[in-house]
Order: sequence, then C-alpha cells, then structure tokens
Amino acid sequence: MPSPLRMILVRTVLGLGMLLPVSAVIFFAVSLLPGDYATEVLGQQATPESVARFRETLGLDTPVAQRYVAWLTHAVQGDLGKSYASHEGGARPVAGIIGERLLNTFFLAGVTASVAVPLAVGLGILIALYRDSWVDRLLNSATLAMISCPEFFLAYVLMLLLSVKLNLFYSLAMVDAGTPLSARLLRIALPVLTLTLVITAHMMRMTRTALISILSHPYIEMARCKGLSPSRIMLRHALPNAWAPIVNVIAFNLSYLVVGVVVVEVAFAYPGIGQTMVDAVRARDVPVIQACALIFAVTYIVFNLAADLIAIATNPRLMHAT
Amino acid sequence: MTQAIARPAHIRRPSGTSVVAWTALVVVLIYIVAAIFAPLLAPYGEAEIVSREPFLPWSREFLLGTDQLGRDILSRLIYGARNTLAIALATTLLAFAIGVALGTAAALARGWMDQVMSRAVDVLMAIPQLVFALVLLTIFGTSIPNLVLIMAVLDSTRAYRLARAVAMNVVVLDFVEAAELRGESRLWILAREILPNIMPTLVAEFGLRFCFVFLTIAALSFLGVGIQPPTADWGSMVRENATLITYGDPTPLLPAAAIALLTICINVLVDWYVSRAGRRNAGS
Repeated sequence: MPSPLRMILVRTVLGLGMLLPVSAVIFFAVSLLPGDYATEVLGQQATPESVARFRETLGLDTPVAQRYVAWLTHAVQGDLGKSYASHEGGARPVAGIIGERLLNTFFLAGVTASVAVPLAVGLGILIALYRDSWVDRLLNSATLAMISCPEFFLAYVLMLLLSVKLNLFYSLAMVDAGTPLSARLLRIALPVLTLTLVITAHMMRMTRTALISILSHPYIEMARCKGLSPSRIMLRHALPNAWAPIVNVIAFNLSYLVVGVVVVEVAFAYPGIGQTMVDAVRARDVPVIQACALIFAVTYIVFNLAADLIAIATNPRLMHAT
Repeated sequence: MTQAIARPAHIRRPSGTSVVAWTALVVVLIYIVAAIFAPLLAPYGEAEIVSREPFLPWSREFLLGTDQLGRDILSRLIYGARNTLAIALATTLLAFAIGVALGTAAALARGWMDQVMSRAVDVLMAIPQLVFALVLLTIFGTSIPNLVLIMAVLDSTRAYRLARAVAMNVVVLDFVEAAELRGESRLWILAREILPNIMPTLVAEFGLRFCFVFLTIAALSFLGVGIQPPTADWGSMVRENATLITYGDPTPLLPAAAIALLTICINVLVDWYVSRAGRRNAGS
C-alpha cells in the first residue's frame, strides 16, 4: 500500500479509536459523583424504599460497566437518556433538550466560520504582501491583544459599544425555532463578531507565516526576476504552496470554536449547547452533562483529525516519502 | 493523534522592543504589589457591604461605585488581583510540577511506562479543557482547592508533552550516558543533568501556560462554576455586574480589562525572554 494512504488510514483509525476511551472517561468520571444523587434529589426525609425506586428508574442499581455499554450503544443510536432535572410531567429525553440547541450552535459556528475564514486568509495575504510595514505591525499588535483578551471581555466591549451606545445590534441573541433566518442573522451579529475576532487573529498570523516562509524559495526569486508583480507572485506562485499549513490551522481554529462558543453563548444568552451545558452543570443534571461533553469532545476530535488528515493529504513530500 | 498545539498565545515580535518589555514588567509588578498588599491598598473590605444601595455610580466615596450587593468595586478589584493571581499561579505551578516530573521520567524510562502515560495524556487532551473542567467541577463541587487541583491535572498534560519532548533530545546526549555509567541514580540524573538543560524552554512555556490557566479560570468563574462568592475574583465580578452594561456603564469591563492587560504583559515578557535566550545561545 502506498505510504500516504496508509498514513491517512492509520490516523483515521487512531483518531476515531480515541472516541472510545474519551467516552469512557466522560462516563466514568461522572459516575464517580460523590454522594448519592437519588438521596440528594429526594431530600433527607426520603424513605429507603423511595430512594431505591428512584435509583431503579434512573438505572443506578445496575453495575457501572453495564450502564456504560448501554449508554454508549444508545448514544450511538441517538438516544442520550433522560434528563434528571427538567421534568414537565415525567423526565424529558436529553436528545429533545439538546437537539434544537445543537442546531443553534452549529448555525452560530457555521456563520462565524464563513465570515472568519475568508477574512483571516485575506488579511493574512495582505500583511504578507506588505510585511514589516505599519499595516503588518498594527495587525500584529491587534493580534496579541485579541489573543490575550478573555472572550467575555470582547463580548461585553462589543455589546457596550455597538449595541448600547450606537444601538446597531441586539445586545442579547435570543432566538427560538420560529425566528426567520434574516432576523436570526441580525440577532447573532454580535456573538459572530466576538467569535470572529477571537479566531481570526491566529489564522491570519499563520497564513502570513506560511506565505513568508515560501517567499524565501528560489522559484519565487525567479518569478521576481521575471518582473512579475508582487500580488501575482503572492496569489499565483506562493499561495498554492501555502494551502496545506493554512487549511490545517483553519481546522484547528474551528475546533477551538467548540470551546469558544460556551462563553460567548452565556454572555449573549444564546440558546445553544454551551449554555445548555453550563445550566446542566449548575443543576447537576448528569445525563445532559454527559451528552454535551460527548458532543463537544466528538466535534473537537473530528476537527483535529481533519486538521491532521489535511496536513498529510496536501503535502506532496509525504506522498513520495518512503 | 492530534498535534499538541496549545491555544496560540505566542506571537513573535521583532526583538529590540525593550521599552515595551520594561513597561510590561512594571505593569506586572504593579499587579503583584496590588495582590500582596491588597488589605492595605483597598479602601474597604473584600466582602464588606458598604452601601445599602446596590449599583451606585462612581463617586468620591466609592471611586468605582458599588456592585449588586452594595460592595465597593475598587476594593473588590484589588482583592480580586490577590485571589485571581494566587489561584492561577498555584494551579500553574502544580501543573508543571506534575507534568515535568512525569514527562522527564517518561523520557528517561521510555518503554511501556512512557507508552502508558503518553496514551493517557492523549486521551485527556482529546477532550476540550474547558468542557472537561466543567464536567469535573460538577462531580467534585466548586471549591477553590478542587478548582486548583482539577485545572492543574488537566493542564499538566501540556507540561508533560513539552517536558517529554525536550527531555527526549537531552537523554540521548553523551553526558547523560556518562552519568548513567557512573552509576548515578535516575532521580539524580533527572534533577542534575536533564532539568537544567530543559529549563529555558520550560520557563517560557510557564509564562504562556500561566496566561492560559488564568484565562480558563476566569472563564469558569464567569460561567459561575469557578471561584465562588463572596471571594472577589475578576471573572465572577464581570458576571455579577453584567447587567450594568445594558445601561451603558463600563464598570463591569474593568475586571475583564485587568485580565486582558496582565495577559498581554506576560506575553510580551515571555517573547522578550525567548528572544534574549535565543540571542545568548546564538552568541555562545
């Protein structure tokens, strides 16, 4: 078998194989819960019989390994168990709580990515073209500032300036299933802007670095000697060879989005999965926490795997390596 | 499986910007002074309710106004420096103690021990840190010792990876072999031969990891699951007073700005240290 194909295969198997131990860690970590959840919910006065009945309905009376296998097989089939905390006449299924909010989060992340990625690559090309000029230095300082800020700082600065002072956008991103697309886009403008600022900086710097390291190659010198314009050299000669590291860093930043959404969703009260998880943590709603953590971990692993695979697939040197 | 890329925190800037570096150093020192002498500097107590009215505006009496319970915001900001810095520093130190000890041990031992530890670290790092911290804090409860311990264990994975990687390059060198042939113990070799040689890399990484831990703990506190009231800390101060933002009052941004400024300054100092260390190596 040719080596790059085998490398891709090995990485994929290893990456997806990571899902099993990760799901086990999430499940067993939560099973360590000190104190008995049943006694805690029912209160001190609960009779041993009612505690036993409650434990039975939650399935807490079966051995932990058996529960893990059941949880995993159900989770794969889309059944994430029943929530402990939200009742509404009988325990609600976790999938019902999470489903719509997961779509909201994907919508937020998707819009952010479609704004941030072209912006970052565009700016990266620009500052590679005008490297060591004032534009470069300005964006370099701005990058350091963006990376150093906590997300909630950016979120509230934008809220104060753009929504409260200038009244341009909504300060809270409340949406529900009935909100039409145009209103939805307007309402999530500030969260998208916050997340864009957070992830654009790094992608932009890496685009610049990738391009500049290629500019030192002899064939670029050749193109310059032919009298080609700097922008043509950049776009037609340097950029095609820089795609591998750029796409890799894009995938990595998208996996960072997974974590970034948690804080931003809470700051803007956006009904996404990050907000759901934080609420579940406060309510100690174990099945919801497990499900959210699993979804976050899977997304994170898949994006990191994609970054790895793209790095291999787009590097012709690896294709010919023995 | 995935590359060990920490959150991008190091932006290389051209060397020779020592004015910037000195400013950053002064700022960091101011933070440290505020943290150490908080009780002397703060006009009121950390959790002292000084006004019956919440959310008072800035005034001569309360320079930055009062918060949602009528506590002096300036005092809480100063005490916040103490709590936030101490917790982040303790966490990072503990994370490095665990990570460097295990990482260098793995590099020296190799074989199955290295494999077991490295695969365990792979698994831990495959779960986003903030999400994992949320899960663990639910289980063990949100107290300060738990927060420090959980974040330290989660972050020690990064220190482990780095320490193992750099130590791998050192253990193959002749002087380590010489020490082994002399019959020195493993511990002696770790402490006297390997550690001094990987120290510069670790110091630079320490600064960056401190920033990361600091930001993550602030985020957890902002989410309401980190440092708990009435302890003053910058992340939860933002959350508690966030409603003021909608009235156009920028006060809740101050603790967040304090976090941002410190992170920027430490980044600048780390870059300065790295470029100086680089020049020293190039010179010798």
